[in-house]
Amino acid sequence: MHPAYSVIVFTTASGAGYGLLIWLSAGVALGLVPRTPALGFTGLGIALSLVTLGLLSSTLHLGRPERAWRAFSQWRSSWLSREGVAAVATYLPAGALGLGWVFGETMPGQVTTAAWLAIAGSLVTLWCTGKIYSSLTTIRAWNQPLVPPVYIALALGTGGLLACALLPMFGADARWAAAASVVSLVVGWVLKRRYWTAIDSAARTHTAEAATGLGHLGTVRPLDPPHTQPNYVMREMGYQVARRHALKLRKVAVGLLFLMPLALLIWLLAPLPAFAQLTLAIAAVLSGVIGVLVERWLFFAEAEHVVVVYYRGGAA
Amino acid sequence: MTSLPEASAKKLGLVIDLDTCVGCHACATSCKEWNSNGYSAPLTDDDAHGGDPHGTWLNRVHSYEVGDGAESRTVNFPRSCLHCETPACVTVCPTGASYKRASDGIVLVNPDTCIGCKLCSWACPYGAREYDHGDGTMKKCTLCVDRIYNETMAPEDRVPACVRACPTGARHFGDLGDPQSAVSILVAERAGFDLLPEFGYNPVNKYLPPRARKDREVTPRAIEAPLRAGPGSNADRFFAWVDKALSR
Amino acid sequence: MRRVEPDIALSQPSGDEIKTTTCYMCACRCGIRVHLKDGKVRYIDGNRDHPVNKGVICAKGASGIMTHTSPSRLRAPLKRVGPRGSGEFEEISWDEALATATGWLGDVRARDPSRLAFFTGRDQSQALTGWFAQQYGTQNFAAHGGFCSVNMAAAGLYTFGGSFWEFGEPDWEHTRYFLLFGVAEDHASNPIKTALGKLKGKGVKFVAINPVRTGYGAIADEWIGIRPGTDGLFVGSLIHELMRAQKIDLDYLVRYTNAAWLVIEDKGSPDDGLFARDAEGKPLAFDRFAGGLADAARPGVSPALTGTFKLADGRSARPAFALIAERYLADEYAPEKTAAATGVPAETTRRIARELAHAAFEQQVTLDIPWTDSTGRRHEKTVGRPVSMHAMRGISAHANGFQTCRAIHLLQIVLGSIDCPGGFRYKAPFPRPAPPANRPAKPSKPGTPLSGAPLGFPQEPNDLLVDRDGTPQRIDKAYSWDAPLAAHGLMHMVITNAANADPYPVDVLFLFMANMSWNSSMNIPAVLKHLTATDPATGEYRIPKIIYSDAYASEMVAYADLILPDTTYLERWDCISLLDRPISGPEGPADAIRQPVVEPDRDVRGFQSVLLDIGARLKLPGFVTESGAPRYPGGYADYIVNHERAPGIGSLAGFRGADGQAYGRGAANPNQLNAYIEAGCFHQHKLAPDQLYYKHANPAYLEWAKQMGFIGEAKPVVFQLYLESLQKFRLAARGHGAVVPPPGARARIERYFDPIPFWYAPFESETDDAGGFTFSAITQRPMHMYHSWGTHNAWLRQVTAENCLYMHRGRAVQLGIADGDWVWIASAIGRVKGRVRLMEGVNPDTVWTWNAIGRRAGAAALSPDAPEATRGFLLNHLITELLPEREGGYRFSNSDPITGQAAWYDLRVSIEKVATGEARETSPRFEPLPALPAREPEAAL
Ligand SMILES: Nc1nc2c(c(=O)[nH]1)N[C@H]1C(S)=C(S)[C@@H](COP(=O)(O)OP(=O)(O)OC[C@H]3O[C@@H](n4cnc5c(=O)[nH]c(N)nc54)[C@H](O)[C@@H]3O)O[C@H]1N2
Ligand SMILES: Nc1nc2c(c(=O)[nH]1)N[C@H]1C(S)=C(S)[C@@H](COP(=O)(O)OP(=O)(O)OC[C@H]3O[C@@H](n4cnc5c(=O)[nH]c(N)nc54)[C@H](O)[C@@H]3O)O[C@H]1N2
Ligand code: SF4
Ligand code: SF4
Ligand code: SF4
Ligand code: SF4
Ligand code: SF4
Ligand SMILES: [Mo]
Repeated sequence: MHPAYSVIVFTTASGAGYGLLIWLSAGVALGLVPRTPALGFTGLGIALSLVTLGLLSSTLHLGRPERAWRAFSQWRSSWLSREGVAAVATYLPAGALGLGWVFGETMPGQVTTAAWLAIAGSLVTLWCTGKIYSSLTTIRAWNQPLVPPVYIALALGTGGLLACALLPMFGADARWAAAASVVSLVVGWVLKRRYWTAIDSAARTHTAEAATGLGHLGTVRPLDPPHTQPNYVMREMGYQVARRHALKLRKVAVGLLFLMPLALLIWLLAPLPAFAQLTLAIAAVLSGVIGVLVERWLFFAEAEHVVVVYYRGGAA
Repeated sequence: MTSLPEASAKKLGLVIDLDTCVGCHACATSCKEWNSNGYSAPLTDDDAHGGDPHGTWLNRVHSYEVGDGAESRTVNFPRSCLHCETPACVTVCPTGASYKRASDGIVLVNPDTCIGCKLCSWACPYGAREYDHGDGTMKKCTLCVDRIYNETMAPEDRVPACVRACPTGARHFGDLGDPQSAVSILVAERAGFDLLPEFGYNPVNKYLPPRARKDREVTPRAIEAPLRAGPGSNADRFFAWVDKALSR
Repeated sequence: MRRVEPDIALSQPSGDEIKTTTCYMCACRCGIRVHLKDGKVRYIDGNRDHPVNKGVICAKGASGIMTHTSPSRLRAPLKRVGPRGSGEFEEISWDEALATATGWLGDVRARDPSRLAFFTGRDQSQALTGWFAQQYGTQNFAAHGGFCSVNMAAAGLYTFGGSFWEFGEPDWEHTRYFLLFGVAEDHASNPIKTALGKLKGKGVKFVAINPVRTGYGAIADEWIGIRPGTDGLFVGSLIHELMRAQKIDLDYLVRYTNAAWLVIEDKGSPDDGLFARDAEGKPLAFDRFAGGLADAARPGVSPALTGTFKLADGRSARPAFALIAERYLADEYAPEKTAAATGVPAETTRRIARELAHAAFEQQVTLDIPWTDSTGRRHEKTVGRPVSMHAMRGISAHANGFQTCRAIHLLQIVLGSIDCPGGFRYKAPFPRPAPPANRPAKPSKPGTPLSGAPLGFPQEPNDLLVDRDGTPQRIDKAYSWDAPLAAHGLMHMVITNAANADPYPVDVLFLFMANMSWNSSMNIPAVLKHLTATDPATGEYRIPKIIYSDAYASEMVAYADLILPDTTYLERWDCISLLDRPISGPEGPADAIRQPVVEPDRDVRGFQSVLLDIGARLKLPGFVTESGAPRYPGGYADYIVNHERAPGIGSLAGFRGADGQAYGRGAANPNQLNAYIEAGCFHQHKLAPDQLYYKHANPAYLEWAKQMGFIGEAKPVVFQLYLESLQKFRLAARGHGAVVPPPGARARIERYFDPIPFWYAPFESETDDAGGFTFSAITQRPMHMYHSWGTHNAWLRQVTAENCLYMHRGRAVQLGIADGDWVWIASAIGRVKGRVRLMEGVNPDTVWTWNAIGRRAGAAALSPDAPEATRGFLLNHLITELLPEREGGYRFSNSDPITGQAAWYDLRVSIEKVATGEARETSPRFEPLPALPAREPEAAL
């Protein structure tokens, strides 16, 4: 699949935003972070900005962004629509949380309740995002049960990294966040490795022979394409990354998204001066961001759509 | 509207005869021509006279070789939307722009509400949806919905443009929901098949398989008898026969 | 939730208005309906009533809008301002353009009209252009037939007064077995497709004989991947087998052919091999019942087909058929013997022969149509042998094409399947006498017309256009000893010969609608040099003046001095006439018009009107009235209606007479074009049932055809299995007669002018195996492209903007070549780079590509980085126009030695992978052509 930057930015940015939102909400609900308005303002501001940036970026992918509002209507059947609805819905508790945190509660328990609701909304949204992809039977690499969990784990991981960088700026203790991030990243790593094993070993059962119904006559090989220059379908769905290349990039992703941040986080657990803590945390964030961009790019680039068998023959 | 309608009684669709298609692309260009100005207008072309000409087409014709060596054969293969009965291209659509008509089963995109998110094209295993950059919306075969009911046209012209064009008669249009229709009978007689049935989309369009070749047919060998009989050279025998035959 | 479906406008009209006309996205001449909206073309579909396409349309026809609006369209007359070939032009007015042309042409006509070479491409107005040449007085006229398919036309016309190739078609309705030789698409584009669809539906066996299996071959019941140039052997083997099996229609041969005519056997004498004739010149046969010689045509004769007979003068003679049978029964045509050369296993050949015999003799078709034959015999039923064939350039584009095509006709005739139910059927105005009666006109004097039409059909050496010493009198050497039966000229040699002043120079080269500096020439690098070569003494171009009419910015435009821009096909009057290449079917003659469905939005004019204008300015007889005023001031439309070729016979046969009621013959009808338009822009005359079959020997048809002016006499057409005309040339090669070939040409004439069809190896394969050129290289027409016309069409070029070289997978693997590799394709004269695609369905010794996809950068208003220019390639660069020197240093053209048909498909090449690091783009590439002067191109539709 063509790795469209708008979609990569959408999923990674909103993922990190929801991750951060979840950790801040959890932190505030469980009393792990101080309820200082500045932290609330900045932290939730960053989280919601990332979410919003992601959502806006996703509209860049649309041919008719001015009609984007229509996408909320089909939540009964469409995961994309559900994702949109969930995303918008999550703004409500997130907003209530923010107001309560920054300006003080207007209702008792507002912050806590809103925080739990924001966590739920975020998880649902992330799940929906994952489901957009995993529900497509046409793309084997996406049509995997691990896709939504990976989306969630990586959102929590990258959001956690952000939290680790953010909390020390407000003098808050970030060790719990570092621990949460380590757990998320380790889980993410395990899931992602399983995912890669799964897609590598998944049999390519959709063949040109089946797609054309001509298999009983022998192997099907394209002779002349319908058009000599690539068309939309091939530009969008025929994108291919060389296997060698992909394996290298997987290593890069593992290194930047998991190994490097994990190492930095473990270091972070040690008592260090605030400045050093911050530097490490920022380094972890940067590494994680690049890592998750590579991971997401690969998520698209490695995915093969069944339609390619009409154009290239073979199996997908 | 993304929800699929109750199964419609009428299932309009195409039947494409792979035994007859010569791969001439007439169906592809006449489709492009009709739909460039019809319901699907525009069908944008990019770099039409430049280095990378490509554009939006609703019907494309592949050419394949199947099998190896003496057993191999060439098969031309037109491909357009199959108007599936239970297609995910409809259910994934977040706006409801993609829908299946309850009355006749035609799968359409509402050009006024499509946001061009391309998700439906990802959901279609058949590559039947093409995004139009120029218009920012998704395009697909409309089964020429603006022809088949068109009262300004002569009744015999109320068929899809590709069907009307096809010089070999390899394309048939009709109601596949009616077992008595000409197309249904054709499908039954010729063992028409579905593409990628395992996806469970239940395509309405059917393909008729290439017939067995007749390159081994045995006509009565008796014809060869005179070849072997009799003395003399080929010419002697032949001339003797000619004389005898002429004096009959 | 309630599903709400949007409202859709289901009944929008397709436009404001529908006009009928005739398509010209190719020369198939289908009827189309042009749907106009706001005065613009919105949609084009097939006309259901039209006899050619019956409503269907092809990929090109349906893309007409994009050709009609192409940015490549010429906009105004152009005058060259830079050096020739630079593509630098200035727009000029029509007044200036016409004055310039008239000046050049008038000057030449007064001095020596043969110094004008006027050659036209695949237009459909040869009745007019030929007449212009005749009235102008130049014999140097021809259309594209010489490089296209004169072998098909000539072989058929000389043999049985018809031809595949538009003059006839299989009886699709009744045929039970169909052989298709060397056809990818042909001019009967839609009709063949429709027919194949029907055959498939009926389960009629269809065999494709073709080195490549694509398109029609893909749906054939059997594909015979023959080695190029060897069909004559394969067909010979079929005849061999049929004769051995005694499956020959002897009655048919006796009735309709010259099989029984006696051939004189008298080695060394001037009439050896000619027919024995009586005092009146009538051919003789031996009457088996009367036991003596008799006029072969006399009713009641029971002629012998075998034996040797004494003539009155004591010499011996044998029936032509005996000679034919001996040739084909010889071992060299045994399937085992031909298998190695053709690549067709002997058992396959035998089986096909068996199946042919089975279909012809066991599956006879009987129609309830009574008719009377030319001997007066009444037949209550029309009976036929349902075996039919069609052949085109796979046969004709080889240097043995004429004889191979004759062999195919021989095959049809021994099976008794010409113009019978289920067989091949003539289309009016055919059949005509075989060989055709008209001879080419001889050169004329300054300022005078030719005595007749410049093109004709020589029957003996006297008809040739050669000087006493054998020097050709035509610039293309047609009708010379190089190509005696060159009935369509040799357009492919004009530029080369003119530049080499061989046999003489020309002053003006006037071309119309042929891309002669590109895809319709051989050896393009050399042709480009010829077009720009100058005389070192004077600095003048060797071809001093070139006038060209095109409608688009083709490669040829860059090499002309004066451009006369034509309209698109939707903007002009045209006439598809019985005098030229009509749209008749076996059911009856039909002709058609093209009407302007939209007005041109540029300063362009229909070429035919321009030609009439030039003729009038030159005051050519017939082009002006007594008083010297233009005779057809209304342009081509005026001419179509009012020009008469013979009294009452004009361009169009329908709606003649003042009241529009006459057919065929009648006074000009001023309302004729309107009548055509009302009728859908065509007119079809339906023959009566008793005229439908056996037209060659059917007085009901022949009498009528004579009335219509199709034939001079209502005499039966006798099939010339043994072609005496060829023997006459051979005798000249043996030194007999007044006109004899120069010594260097004698052996060639002796060898190839065999009166009985035979097979010989195409020339390139004779000479080039030694050079390692072990592959045959051929091209095929893509169904959706018409030569270079398709590449500037925004839709069609999306289908194919670049071509590959297709190779047999097994052979490629042996050579270490993989799918997608770039290779050098080399011939004896050069090399071309292209990308390989591997396939199974190709003869292993053959490589091929789609024709005319490659274009020169900048041509056709394509951007210079267009795939057509960067990756697309032509094999033309590799095809030599002249054969290697032989016989005293002389170089014959790369053509069939009999007809001069260009031998495109004799090309032999070697294939070699490019070195690593070499650019993955085609080569050679020529200097990009600059854009022509033009106002902003309009936005496409
Ligand atoms: N290698 C190879 N070469 C071949 C062949 C092959 O099989 N292989 N085939 C040969 C044969 S059979 C043929 S017939 C030739 C064909 O070769 P050409 O006759 O040269 O064919 P086109 O490229 O169509 O060129 C015709 C020209 O007519 C112009 N034209 C199109 N429409 C109009 C119009 O309405 N008016 C005017 N005035 N001009 C118009 C086009 O722009 C183009 O420049 O190619 C020959 N060359
Ligand atoms: N779409 C389209 N239609 C056209 C044209 C076009 O350019 N495009 N051009 C028109 C013109 S000008 C012409 S002349 C006609 C020509 O019409 P066709 O005769 O169909 O022309 P080609 O494509 O040259 O096809 C020749 C076929 O012969 C095969 N062949 C080559 N050598 C041999 C051989 O030795 N033996 C046998 N048995 N087969 C052989 C080739 O593989 C090819 O399939 O088409 C006309 N119609
Ligand atoms: S073919 Fe594709 S676009 Fe058409 S209905 Fe089926 S899934 Fe949808
Ligand atoms: S591209 Fe249009 S039709 Fe397709 S899913 Fe998106 S909104 Fe629906
Ligand atoms: S039915 Fe209409 S829209 Fe669909 S492929 Fe045919 S012409 Fe195109
Ligand atoms: S028009 Fe008919 S024959 Fe031609 S490609 Fe389409 S289906 Fe095949
Ligand atoms: S076959 Fe030729 S004339 Fe007929 S529709 Fe196609 S392009 Fe036009
Ligand atoms: Mo041609």
